[in-house]
Amino acid sequence: MNNTDESNNKPDMVVLADDAPVNLEAEFEASNVKEVLDKLDRELIGLKPVKTRIREIAALLLVDRLRKQFALTSETPTLHMNFTGNPGTGKTTVAMRMAEILHRLGYVREGHLVSVTRDDLVGQYIGHTAPKTKEVIKKAMGGVLFIDEAYYLYKPENERDYGAESIEILLQVMENNRDDLVVILAGYKDRMDKFFHSNPGMRSRIAHHIDFPDYSANELLAIANLMLADQNYHFSPDAEKAFLEYITLRMKMEHFANARSVRNALDRARLRQANRLFASASKLLNKVDLMTIEAEDILASRVFQEGKLDSEPAGVKRP
Amino acid sequence: MMTNQGNRISQGQFSFLPDLTDAQITAQIKYALSKGWALSVEYTDDPHPRNTYWEMFGNPMFDLKDPAGIMMEVNNCRKTFPNHYIRVGAFSSVQGVESVTMSYIVNRPKQEPGFGLVRQETEGRTMRYTIHSYASDKPEGERY
Repeated sequence: MNNTDESNNKPDMVVLADDAPVNLEAEFEASNVKEVLDKLDRELIGLKPVKTRIREIAALLLVDRLRKQFALTSETPTLHMNFTGNPGTGKTTVAMRMAEILHRLGYVREGHLVSVTRDDLVGQYIGHTAPKTKEVIKKAMGGVLFIDEAYYLYKPENERDYGAESIEILLQVMENNRDDLVVILAGYKDRMDKFFHSNPGMRSRIAHHIDFPDYSANELLAIANLMLADQNYHFSPDAEKAFLEYITLRMKMEHFANARSVRNALDRARLRQANRLFASASKLLNKVDLMTIEAEDILASRVFQEGKLDSEPAGVKRP
Repeated sequence: MMTNQGNRISQGQFSFLPDLTDAQITAQIKYALSKGWALSVEYTDDPHPRNTYWEMFGNPMFDLKDPAGIMMEVNNCRKTFPNHYIRVGAFSSVQGVESVTMSYIVNRPKQEPGFGLVRQETEGRTMRYTIHSYASDKPEGERY
């Protein structure tokens, strides 16, 4: 009835002779991983430790694949991950890429990413949590389950909180269905540490703890250039200088959120650019005018003038 | 039933074939998912070929990408009801279809006692015939 015989499950594998040569290079080419890794290098600025770890994982999975040709079985490596880092350091972006990379390497079957937060996992009344969590897990199977702000799952101050139940189910699935899904947790470093401290089982089931470093000013400028290029804008040379200055000032202020702050600053620069073009309505515009962000669009920011955040209302004195 | 070997109930797809293996069930689920159908797991211990209303084992599963999640539910159901009939259904929400498009049995009781012929005398010397499952003489939950 319930046939558990696995042999007709897999295609016939030809086991190579002990001295047969295999080509790691060819395997690397065939997997298209190079393309993904190059894309990662190109589109993600900085993040050295992250890229190194992704390379290591890719290498391990490739070597595993070669070993399989000699019927050298080893346990499937655990690939559950934990991303920690300050706001705007690219945790979510990397998680998205991770799903694609793991799919190319044949570690996950479908390669989709299911991104959830506490709301999607934890129910509102007794008996609501388990089905909710299980439904999310079933959706993520064959791909990557990304839990953003994972520390919210556990609320020690409320002992009747249902988060613990959700964690329990997650732990079970992370252990038993390792072939079916990869769980990635993400959150700010200090809070994640506290979370793991109260859930030691979670910590030990996650093999890869990756810390996302903050960006330097030059890296942020490179990111800004990439973001603008994506939206068919570019800096004039003066504007680039001004923006670097802006970043340096902004980094010292509070609520700095790395790439996210850069994106917001660019959005505001676009507003000012549009306004400037509008003010010079008499002039005929060409394509370059519409694409270029000038220094004055950046310098108009209040960060320069009053040393204040743009998002704060004007004239309000900060303590 | 009469055309079927032994006492095996036949309902839905593949029921005249030997039992599907897990690999075959997975392949069928994969096909249903590729069509965008929502899968569900149902069970019953009332084995009439015309009994189409089975109990749901959990909610139907929408938006899944991989058969592993459904197989997990199938195995959960097998664990809970090892001696019941269990089937997998696939629901198509395409306008104009909006009904179950696939349905096949994935678990059977170890012993299927089969069906007896029931004769009913009516007006004149007319005979009416129907079938009756020996298993359903016992109350629900104790049949297998």
